[in-house]
Amino acid sequence: MRLPDSVRHAWAIAAKDLLVEFRSRTGILSAGVFVVLVLMVFNFGRDPTAVSNIVLAPSILWVTFTFAAILALNRAFQLELENQALDGLLLAPIERGSIYLGKLVANLLFVASVEVLGVPLVALFFNVEVWAHIGTLAGIIVLATIGFVSIGTLFSAMTVRTRFAELLLPVVLLPFMILPLMWATLATTSVFADRPLNEIAGWLKMLAGYDIVFVVVSLLLFPATVNE
Amino acid sequence: MLRAEGLTHRFGSVTALDGVSFSVQPGQTLAVFGPNGAGKTTLLRVLAGLIRPQHGRAHVDGGRRAIGWIGHQPQLYGQLTVRENLRFWASLYDVVVPGDLLSRLGLSEHADRPVRALSRGLVQRVAIARALVHDPAVLLLDEPFTGLDRTAAEALSRVLGDVMGRGGVSVLVTHNVEEGTGLATDVAFMRGGRFVHFAPRGSRGAQQVAEEYRHAIA
Repeated sequence: MRLPDSVRHAWAIAAKDLLVEFRSRTGILSAGVFVVLVLMVFNFGRDPTAVSNIVLAPSILWVTFTFAAILALNRAFQLELENQALDGLLLAPIERGSIYLGKLVANLLFVASVEVLGVPLVALFFNVEVWAHIGTLAGIIVLATIGFVSIGTLFSAMTVRTRFAELLLPVVLLPFMILPLMWATLATTSVFADRPLNEIAGWLKMLAGYDIVFVVVSLLLFPATVNE
Repeated sequence: MLRAEGLTHRFGSVTALDGVSFSVQPGQTLAVFGPNGAGKTTLLRVLAGLIRPQHGRAHVDGGRRAIGWIGHQPQLYGQLTVRENLRFWASLYDVVVPGDLLSRLGLSEHADRPVRALSRGLVQRVAIARALVHDPAVLLLDEPFTGLDRTAAEALSRVLGDVMGRGGVSVLVTHNVEEGTGLATDVAFMRGGRFVHFAPRGSRGAQQVAEEYRHAIA
């Protein structure tokens, strides 16, 4: 069966980004080291008697993922500016939406690989029960990550041609990340506290709603951000 | 065929294009000469559809799929090999890389080397291969001689000849009159976003065109 053109083109772009990242390893290494260092700093810098791990660990987990994701998002379109490859993408007879989807998939896989590293470290440093609830926790992480990476990919395209792109991206992106991060943190706290699944179902629905809205909005707005 | 009708575009208070109109017929190459800031690159980007003009319209037979772009930036990924780069760009055009493309440009022995490890001249040859991967009928060339070594310059001339021979069209913009004239069937001089001269080259040589250019732009 032949996939629709837009899906094939999106996958070609995502596969290319991942291959470039695999060859250079600069982004994944710096994000991975960042995650380890941040979790270590929080681990050794906290007073274990002041706040319980179940309350503290979710916040630290999501703050760490947020900033690791921003590192990845900053690189997403920077790659295309080198040698003006972005012009080549815009000149190719493909839908603008395919470029966005390709970048989104590559960013999601990149951030997911950092998250795979971060979850066991949180379990190790903060002594919270992760493995008994890994399915639910994975669902929360997937839904929240799709939400902020979808809008982050759009903002990455918007800011990449500006002079201070690396500073500007977090400034414009963080306000949009407040809601999914808040919902993800609350849901994760409930999971770590061994609360029943129906207690977090509301957070998951809101995360899923956020994902649908911002993937669609980003797909619609993306052409305007790359057209001159 | 390629046609521009009254192209006008401003960047803030700067007029990059001011009512530019022309057409290029099959088998012809238009060389546009002008000093820096004359609007040459903007013209090419409008023709390619990378910039939407504020007034006027550009038409290219076959649309974006028919266009091949060769600029002074190669539009390649340094971490990928020559072959991987060409495969990637071919996949966006839903074609496979022509079997003889690498050998035509003398790149066969470099196919599995990462682009970042190649010399500037070789990178430019890969950039030419990238532009040809979908067998374009229209070539747009932005300062194509920048950084070209002798082999790459010869390859570029051959490529243009091939495209013209098949009834294709090309537009090249450059400030280098001597190098651009040899490839052109028509020449235009551009200043302040306007064509101040547009005519067939005829039998005029590079020196004569360069002389006329100096008078027109002065």
